[in-house]
This record gives sequence, structure tokens and C-alpha cells, in this order.
Amino acid sequence: MSFVQNYPFFSIVLSLLCAVVSFVVPARWGKRLTYFLLCASLYMQTHLLVFCAAGHVSFSYMMGHYPAPWGNEVAAGIIEPLMALLFVVVILLSISGGGQHIAADIKDDRQNLYWVMVDLAHVSLMALCYTNDIFTGYVFIEICTIASCALLCIRENGRALIASVRYMVFALIGSGLFLIGVIYTYAITGHLLFPQLYDAIQALWAEGTYRFSMTAAIGLMTAGLAIKSGLFPFHFWMPDTYGRATPASSGILSGVVSKGYIFLLIKVIYRVIGADIFAASGVQTVLLLFGIGGMIVGSVSAILSRRITTMVAFSSAAQIGYVFMGLGMGGQAALAAVFFQILSHALTKPMLFLASRDLSEAAGGHEEFRYLRGAAHRNPIAGAAFTVGALSMVGVPVFAGFIPKLYFATASFGMGWRTWAVLLALAVSTVLNVLYFLYTAMVIWMPGTSEQREYRTERTAHGIWAMVVFVVLNVAVGLSSTGIAALLTQGFDLFCR
Amino acid sequence: MSKIDKDSLLGLWLTGDLDLTEQLYADPLPHPEETEKYQPSHDPAAAAKVTRYFRRFYNICAALLCMIFAAIMLLTVANLPPYGAKDAPTVNEVAQRYVEKGTEETGAVNTVAGMILDYRAFDTLGESFVLFTAMCAVTVLMNQSGKRRRVCVEAETVDYYADPIVRTMCKFVIPVILVFGIYILLNGHLSPGGGFSGGAILASAFIIFAMVWGDERAQGTIRVPVIKTITLCALCFYALSKTYSFFTGANHLHSVISPGVPGRILSAGLILPLNVAVGVVVCCTMYSFYMYFKRGEL
Repeated sequence: MSFVQNYPFFSIVLSLLCAVVSFVVPARWGKRLTYFLLCASLYMQTHLLVFCAAGHVSFSYMMGHYPAPWGNEVAAGIIEPLMALLFVVVILLSISGGGQHIAADIKDDRQNLYWVMVDLAHVSLMALCYTNDIFTGYVFIEICTIASCALLCIRENGRALIASVRYMVFALIGSGLFLIGVIYTYAITGHLLFPQLYDAIQALWAEGTYRFSMTAAIGLMTAGLAIKSGLFPFHFWMPDTYGRATPASSGILSGVVSKGYIFLLIKVIYRVIGADIFAASGVQTVLLLFGIGGMIVGSVSAILSRRITTMVAFSSAAQIGYVFMGLGMGGQAALAAVFFQILSHALTKPMLFLASRDLSEAAGGHEEFRYLRGAAHRNPIAGAAFTVGALSMVGVPVFAGFIPKLYFATASFGMGWRTWAVLLALAVSTVLNVLYFLYTAMVIWMPGTSEQREYRTERTAHGIWAMVVFVVLNVAVGLSSTGIAALLTQGFDLFCR
Repeated sequence: MSKIDKDSLLGLWLTGDLDLTEQLYADPLPHPEETEKYQPSHDPAAAAKVTRYFRRFYNICAALLCMIFAAIMLLTVANLPPYGAKDAPTVNEVAQRYVEKGTEETGAVNTVAGMILDYRAFDTLGESFVLFTAMCAVTVLMNQSGKRRRVCVEAETVDYYADPIVRTMCKFVIPVILVFGIYILLNGHLSPGGGFSGGAILASAFIIFAMVWGDERAQGTIRVPVIKTITLCALCFYALSKTYSFFTGANHLHSVISPGVPGRILSAGLILPLNVAVGVVVCCTMYSFYMYFKRGEL
């Protein structure tokens, strides 16, 4: 066994220790610890990804002295470290880009708790990526939920508190449904680890026993995770949640926390239930319909919104709709498109939140569109980043957002009525995206007025670098899609059963 | 959508405010007043009517959804295997090994302690960090020390200290509760109990102390740095000892932790110290919840 295979476990334990230590040390040490943790984690995920991809290896790692059906396990192939790497990169860029706002938005005596919560969000995401045990998944969903609520409400203004209560209600409903699904699954299979569950479910489905309970369990687990990640019609917590938090929190929540739940759902579908049974249970078609609904409704809500952060938040609902539409299509081609969508959204949305906060500061703290005119001239870096993000969300070639749209369209052929539904939804959604994103991009670049110049804002070097790295990554994903697609195909060999 | 907000993008677009060529030559927007508040442009009466209809619609939908959900749940439960039956799927090789070999392999006479702290210790590590996360989140929300309290609600508290019966009884009861809690903690691998229940019992003793002798007295006796240090030590010990155990287990290395002789108080390897660590975390979490909700600071 290679030493590299310890890295999933090391990244989990290291962030647990960092979280506990950050709780008692002063805030600036908490911040340093968090940066150290994220850099170490970045190295470990990269090394693990290279190790798995070079050797075409997937492995399971015993957490303790007892083998699979008795003890806990974590597992990694190519997809898991890839997602973990994405999550770490986005958290790192979000906190370094939003560091200035964290210092401004959060009271001094709470700052160290902010870093504790970032560490805990990191540990839960790592555990969701690597777990090979469905109950471990649930435990870390709990940590993730509480940590995200705290990341929201730590900015103490009234709206952020209300938003975090609303978010918590939705998130707890989601956790509850998922837990009930896990209990049903355990009651009819007697197992909690993914490989054993998979075999038991295949056998039960072939026999036809407990089919109704199995369908209900699949539906409950899917619904729980879908509610937590904000699928239409459960997306109405998004605008306040993402729009009122400090931008680093918005970036972490919209960019990675929702993706963590989605990735767990993908693992449940492909490694626990099996793609065929998931399709046969009928839940897949429901996901397709709700995903398409989310794409349209999210975009329309974004068009109707008055504030730039609300608009960006509602556009998240539309983007999550794309992901669920892909899961509802089924098949590996659509799954590749889903991963591209996760990748492009995770890299774009935090950048948009950071940029829109900067732009609104350049407009004197106003977030309404009519005051944002010319804001980009006063903060060109934020303006450029917002424009790149907008182009990416619309799906202009060269940028990351184009790739998933292309893959979704390619994957949709030969699916009967689904082909038309998907193609139509893609077309309508793209037009709607153009309406709001490109118009906003034009509004911010219109010539401003001379008297608004007093609002010029200063960015720290960290913030500028984070923006630049976001833009570069976005273009890099857009240009190197064939390489990533090859990596994903190689990963699916190990990931899908 | 009754009326399009004129400040929304669609509103701007429909009214032509987004015509860029025109905008380039148009007069600049008036400079927004800092004190300007958003004035709703819609009619309050119409909005109230819409809200009323929406509420009725919402209540009907919610009731329907609940009934459908309850029906599905009941049907599913009826379709589940009978609980505890001999041929139920949960009676399989997993449970068999826990019951038959649990004591031998983990050294714990209490099979549940062996399961949660040895076989599936990673889940329990996660659970104790759920408590830690909750404690931090409550601190974020409720901690009002060092700042002017916004809401100063003086609850109608009973002065228990003035009551001779309560005061005298508590003097007797608190030590008994503490001893009982410590017994449950230390005996968790031998009899029912363990970290979670023992910690809750210990916390109840401290909470009774704070209730009767007053917050200030409790604050002087159970000081904040002590709570923080104890929690830190317990969680770090838990994480580090389990790191050792997981690392040796996964890499098939020799571990110095042995199950010992089942039935002795010093047996079952790591289970006894882990029970103490979990108990301390539970106790500190519950006590700090009480203090934060009661007075806004530890």
C-alpha cells in the first residue's frame, strides 16, 4: 500500500485538528492555520489525483482495524480526488478573494470562529467526497449544514440572520429526508457500506422483494440531497442566503457546499443504487423535469430581480437545474456533462459574487442595477471578472460554461421525448441567460458619471490575485475540455459500477 | 407576476432604459442620496390581497403535501421487514460478528460501546465534531460578551438560593449526580452508558449548580478558559488517538493498543479514554448551551 493512499484520511484529520486549534487561538492564527490547511490539502489532493490517474487505480481505505462490512471505509478513484481538488481550490480562492470583506463584515471577537467554520466546511466536504459509507455521509452532512449556517449568520445584519434561519429549515428538511431514506435502505438491506449495499440492492431488485420501500428510499435520499442543494421548487432560500452573506461565504456555499451534496448524490446513484435501478425507479425522470423547471424558473426570477447579488443567486438556481437535468438524463455522456457543469459553476459563481460585491462598493454600496452604471470603470478588475463570469454563464466558447452546454446537447440525442425537452430547455435557458447576464455586463461598462468617482475602492493584492486565478482557471477549463473529458472517462471506469 | 418592478432588469429593458446607444448620450443618473430608502412602488392593498390568496393556496398545498407524504411513509413502513424478525435483512453477518466476537475483538463487554468506538469509530469521531460544530455555531449566534446587549430580557427567575429546601437538597444531590456521571463514563465499556449519556448527566449537575447558586458564582467556579482548554484537549486527544488507530489499521501495522482482559475496568484499549473524551465534550457543549441561552455569555 502506497503512502499516498493515506491522503484522504490525512486531509480529514488535519482539518479536524485545525478546527479545534483555531477555536482557542487568536483570529490571525486561525486564519494562518486555515491557509496552511488548505494549501496542505491542495497538495494532497493533487498528489492523490496524479497517483490515481497515472496508475489507473481506485482503492478503499480501512478506517480502523476492521474490514468492509464491519468497519468504516473511505474510497478514492480518479473522480473523488478531482472533486476534492476542485472544492479546495474554490474555498482557497473564495477566502483569499473575500478576505478583505471578511475583516470588514465580521466582528473581531467572532473572526476566529469564522476560520473554525471554514475548516469544518472543508472537513465535511472532504468526507463527502471520499466516504464509502452512507452513514458517514450523513454525519458529515450534519457538520456541513451547521457550518454553512454559521458561515451565513456570522455576518450580523438582520437579513443575514433571517436568511440563515430559512436556509437552516430547508437544509434540515433535506437532512431529515436523507436520513429516513438511509434508515429504510438499512432496514431492507442490512448494510451501510457502498459496495455491500450495491450488491444487496441489485439482488433485492432482481427478486422484486421490498420494491416499494426501495423506491421510496431512493426517492427520499434523492429528494433530501436535492433540497439541500437547491433544486427547483426548493430554491427560494437562495437569493437571501447567497445575496446577504459575506462574499467569501456566498462563494463557499454556492460554489462548493451545494456541489458537495450533489457529488454525494452522484455517488449514491452510481455506487449504491446503480444507474439501471435508478432509471427504473422513475426518480430519474422526476429529476429531469424538476431540473428543467429550475433552469427556466431560476432564470426568470433572475431577470425579475432588482439587485445584482439576488440576480447572481437566482442564476445559481438555474445552474443547479442544469446539473439535475443531467442526472435525470442518465448515461455516462450526460454524467460527463454534469461534472463539467459542476466544474464550471464552482469556478464561476464565487468569482461573480466577489465581483458583484466589489462593483456594488464601487457604486457606493448600492446593489440596484440603476446605480451600478459605470461601476466597472471604477473597479476594472472586478468588472473584467464579472464580464468573464457572465460570458461563461451564458455559454460563450473559450469560457468554461460553454463546455457543459455542448456536452448536454450531445448527450441528449437518441433519448426519445427527452431529446426535445433537453434541447428546448437548453435553448430557452441560454436565451434567458443572455438577457440578464449580458445586459448586466453592459450596464456596468457604460460610462459612469464624474461625481461617482469618489467611490473608488482599493483591493488588496490577495483579492486581485484571487480574481485573476479565477479568470485563468475559467478560460483554462474552457480550452482544455478534451483533456478533462479524457480524465473523466478514465475516472468513470473506476467510479461507475 | 402582477406588475413589473421598474428597477428590475426586465423593467429597465421594457421601458427602454437599457438602450445603450441612447444611454451613452443621456443625462447621467442623479447621484443617489445616502439616506434614500427604497419606496415600494406597488399598492399595499393589492399586495395584501395577493398575499391573502397566496396564504390560502399555500395552506391547502401544504396540507395536501403532508397527507401524501404521510401516506407514502405509512405504506413504506408496512412494506418493511418486521423489526427483529429472525429472517430480517438486518440480521446478517455484520450484526452477527458485532454480537458474537465484539467482546473478544474490542475488549468491551458493552457491545454498543465496542461498535461505536471501535468498529465504526470514524462515525463517532464525526458525531463528536457535530457537537463541537454546534457549540461554535451557538457561540456565533448567542455570544454577547464584550458588547452592549441589544435585547436585555430579564426572565422571571426564581431565586432558588433563597429557598432552604432546594439549596440544601442540591448540596446533597449535586455530588451524587457527579459521581453517577463519572461512574457511567468510566464504566461505559462494561455496562450500558458511555460518553454521550455520562456527559449529559455531568452537565446536568453543573447546570443545577448554575441555576441555584446563580450565574456569577458558576462563572467564577467553572471558568471559560477551563472549558475551552478541556474541550480542546478532549477533541485533540480523540482525533490524535484515532489517527494512530486508523493509520495502523489501514496500513496493517502493529498497534500497541490491546483489548486487554474483558470485564476489567482498565481494558478495552482506547474505548475507556475515548468515552471520557466524548463525555467531556458533551458536558462542556451542554453546559455552554445553557449559559449562552440563559445569559448570552459563558
